[in-house]
Amino acid sequence: MPLTAASVPALWRLARLDFDPVRQQRVLLYPEGVVLLNNTGGAILELCDGHRSVAEIAGILNDTYHCDVTADVIEYLSGLVERDLVRAE
Amino acid sequence: MPNSHPTTLLAEVTHRCPLHCPYCSNPLEMNRASEELTTEAWKRVFTEARELGVLQLGLSGGEPLVRPDVEELAAHARALGLYTTLVTSGVGLTERRAARLREAGLEHIQISIQDSDQAVADRIAGMSAVPQKLAAAAIVRSLGFAFSINVVLHRANIDRVSEIIEMAASLGADRIELANTQYYGWALENRQSLMPTRSQVEAAGAVADEAIARYRGRMQVLYVLPDYHEAYPKPCYGGWGRHYLVVMPDGRTLPCHGATHITTLRFDSVRDRPLRWIWEESPAFEAFRGDAWMREPCQTCPRKEVDFGGCRCQAFALTGEAANPDPVCTLTPLRRIIDTAVQEATGPPDYRYRVLTPTSERA
Repeated sequence: MPLTAASVPALWRLARLDFDPVRQQRVLLYPEGVVLLNNTGGAILELCDGHRSVAEIAGILNDTYHCDVTADVIEYLSGLVERDLVRAE
Repeated sequence: MPNSHPTTLLAEVTHRCPLHCPYCSNPLEMNRASEELTTEAWKRVFTEARELGVLQLGLSGGEPLVRPDVEELAAHARALGLYTTLVTSGVGLTERRAARLREAGLEHIQISIQDSDQAVADRIAGMSAVPQKLAAAAIVRSLGFAFSINVVLHRANIDRVSEIIEMAASLGADRIELANTQYYGWALENRQSLMPTRSQVEAAGAVADEAIARYRGRMQVLYVLPDYHEAYPKPCYGGWGRHYLVVMPDGRTLPCHGATHITTLRFDSVRDRPLRWIWEESPAFEAFRGDAWMREPCQTCPRKEVDFGGCRCQAFALTGEAANPDPVCTLTPLRRIIDTAVQEATGPPDYRYRVLTPTSERA
């Protein structure tokens, strides 16, 4: 099922979001794997709590980026859904 | 100098193990208990690894649970922010130890399964470990760990890959890794008995592909291809000395767990040197970084950015020269070594079992 503005994304149960002081960037850790996140990716994933919808996440980020980022959030999270690192209801 | 931070440390905390699997990735000459690093030394190694950028830790062996300090090591790793996997046979994973590991913040446990057929599983392990593994799986599941099952595939179990996947699902695994045998160390000794036929490999690949799709969202199914049956080599952990380090029980530090077999290199130990020096400056880690060391056809091949010339350990084991192309590659005349090995692998399952003091013990 493709991700939409109404989807509610959550990190895979096995994944953990963390900040790496060595690289000075956020990272997504999971069994035998690491994703090094850029600022935008990290900001999106921090808001994926299994309660907020994509529209709500985008709403929060719109204020930061002063534009509508809904399409970008959908594109970014779709890539992680494809890799099974994010689950969306 | 490396151009990246390492992401993963495999800590082989011991070579001791109750099982005797003939495909073990440990070297033929293993470390004894008296040679193992102390608890404090391991903790220092983990701290130095985190400072170098390591994010993933494998607590492995041998059987790591033969050490009574695994809980303490796991707690230290968690405090550093590492994502830690306990790589275990399941033997020794009692409810009490598992609960302590959970308390210590351990996140992921990987249990090995030899086969869905118990008689074959016992023959591979050289002991009866199945009841203990099943009990361990139930404990891991009930305590809420991230839970993986790992299965090494070879001629005697590859035809049951479908049953093995079902077994992992019924045990509640989050992931199953189906890894075709890689021929180093013990497995190379036993290659004639372990190597599947091409038709077995093709059938298993089709089963795995179907299972990957069918279990998606419930259980992650990973299938590691058998490189002898591929046209191009595997990319050696993303390149020698780029992302991965292994510390052996005695403290010697390698770019890959198969590297001890490369007798032309000397591997420095964390007993003598800081981990940072070993990663950044030691001759063994520098040896195959970049591409200046490469020979033809690798040097002018566009695939050198994809597979980095393949596996140095395999090149050394099969050709005697670590800088040679990995003989798996069909672009090198060395490929005939692999083709001959595949053709000749018809021996009976007459295993040389993994033992701490290598002898010619046979089943």
